[in-house]
Amino acid sequence: MTDKAHIISYKTLLMTLLALFALTGITVGASYVDLGQLNVWVALLIASLKGTLVLLIFMHMKFEGKALRLSFISTIGFLAIMIGFTFWDIAFR
Amino acid sequence: MEAVKSFFETPAPSRFTGIWAWLLTTDHKRIGLMYLFAIVFWFCLAILLGGLIRLELMFPGETVLTAELYNSAFTLHGVIMIFLFIIPALPAIFGNFFLPMQIGTDDVFFPKLNLLSWYLYMLGGVVAIASLFAEGFPDTGWTFYVPFSVSTQTNVSTAVFAAFILGFASMLTGLNFITTIHRMRSPKMGWLQIPLFTWSLYATSWVQLLATPVVSITLVLVMVERFLNIGLFDPSKGGDPILYQHLFWMYSHPAVYIMILPGMGVISEIIPVFSRKSIFGYKAIVFSSMMIAVAGSLVWAHHMYTSGMSDTAVFVFSLLTFVVAIPSAIKVFSWVSTLYKGAIQMTPPLFLSLCFIYLFSVGGLTGLVLGAAGPDVHVHDTHFVVAHFHFTMFGGTGFAFFAALHYWWPKMFGRMYDFKKAYIASALITGGFIFHYVPMFILGLQGMPRRYYDYLPQYATGNFLAGFGALFMIIGIALMFYNLAVTLRRERNAPADPWGGVTLEWKTASPPPLHNFDRDPEVLDYPYDFTGVKESQDNQANQDKQSKPNA
Repeated sequence: MTDKAHIISYKTLLMTLLALFALTGITVGASYVDLGQLNVWVALLIASLKGTLVLLIFMHMKFEGKALRLSFISTIGFLAIMIGFTFWDIAFR
Repeated sequence: MEAVKSFFETPAPSRFTGIWAWLLTTDHKRIGLMYLFAIVFWFCLAILLGGLIRLELMFPGETVLTAELYNSAFTLHGVIMIFLFIIPALPAIFGNFFLPMQIGTDDVFFPKLNLLSWYLYMLGGVVAIASLFAEGFPDTGWTFYVPFSVSTQTNVSTAVFAAFILGFASMLTGLNFITTIHRMRSPKMGWLQIPLFTWSLYATSWVQLLATPVVSITLVLVMVERFLNIGLFDPSKGGDPILYQHLFWMYSHPAVYIMILPGMGVISEIIPVFSRKSIFGYKAIVFSSMMIAVAGSLVWAHHMYTSGMSDTAVFVFSLLTFVVAIPSAIKVFSWVSTLYKGAIQMTPPLFLSLCFIYLFSVGGLTGLVLGAAGPDVHVHDTHFVVAHFHFTMFGGTGFAFFAALHYWWPKMFGRMYDFKKAYIASALITGGFIFHYVPMFILGLQGMPRRYYDYLPQYATGNFLAGFGALFMIIGIALMFYNLAVTLRRERNAPADPWGGVTLEWKTASPPPLHNFDRDPEVLDYPYDFTGVKESQDNQANQDKQSKPNA
């Protein structure tokens, strides 16, 4: 873990912003395509990608130490399990 | 050590005096005590409500409550006990007070956030009370299940909002503890030198941080449904009522581990001290705490076997439920093994801890009946569930709370209580407890549903007997609080280490100074090494022997 300040270039920030806009566009686009049971999973995948970009770049998670990274990854794991198990119930009803 | 002023005489920040020195304090010990008084108030209120419920059920038909009031009484009893007592009791009081001390530091990482958590807790309590004075008492039970919670005309929104605020207090406390353990631990203390109570708080804090947001947003969805009627849980509008149950139990099942894990931590502190023996399986207990936190978060749907959930999900959640029994059993075996061949010194905290082991084991084993999908379908929503829940939560966390009070009281207030009264109170509570809840197991197996205002004649004897158990329990709890409260009027007479404990909180004065330690405490290589305590006891015994013939 480090207390140093990290400066990210404007170029990286702008590229990240554009990537987020593009992913939002893909989310909207995907909502018009019927993928059956995959509808939810595709939406979740895109949303997770967007969340990861925000956390890594805007919230500086990529500069943090092992403990915080591990903590963060475990929260994502839990969220995936919680959502996964719920939809799994629905899929087998 | 005696010359150092205690935190009672040293406000932090120092510019405040009187009541402001408490209301605006950033000292973790004062905040812990403010939680103590608030939580005991709520506990007593919820006990009175529980007593009313039991009094009503002692005789068939209407006795002291109308049917509507009965529904509100069990809702309030549940909401107050869960959200205002059991969840915060051990982490907020004893965690706040002792976590920084056990890891050899002077405060939590975010002291102001700590105070904010207390205010959020108080605000949540005030909003809960406010829900009583408008539109009728909430009558949904503490689970706020849809569709009833969305359609009932009583004041559910305010009660739900209270739980939402309390969730924030809980999350912030968890965040504070995790950061404190990572960043403020004594540099000499490695991860496997951390005392087990602190370890249990670490595991609990992760569950608080990960699971509480789920229920917070779920409760917001209930309010959204009530005000905007979107249909999130309404099948006629494409919603799913079982989704509410999933979301609710995703938090509320891990929440039972938020409730019990710190209790297990307390017992893991007390047993080795009064056995004068290092704890059996330190690493296994640490590992099992983390395992409980992980596995306990994956079993939520065992509350939903009869909800209409898919059979495949029922099978998997049942299997996972049995997995979570393993780490709990590891702890129980470790405690009993610690006692084996120990130099046991009976004291009220140890007595209460032994009661905890017994009652919690009964609670855990009856949990297996409920965890198996077959028998659960038979006893679902009966008094069996009520008895099981109270055996784990009250017999478990409640007794751990009493044990912690008796164990750390001399450290917190510098005053020792009367042992005889403590034993009588503990025996009354335990005896009353068994008399109160065992009939409920039988009533449940006979088919008496929970939350019913009236019952068939064949359930009359069990309900009548349970009422007496409740009476003994309430008398015992009143005596216990009286016995502790009267010490506050006496002089401070407790030594720094009245029990022969070896964790760092016993290395400072009772009550501790503002910054906890007047010099850097020595961190033991192994946190439960009683060699020094035994040697000093042996020396003392030798001295006594030598001095006696001369006397």
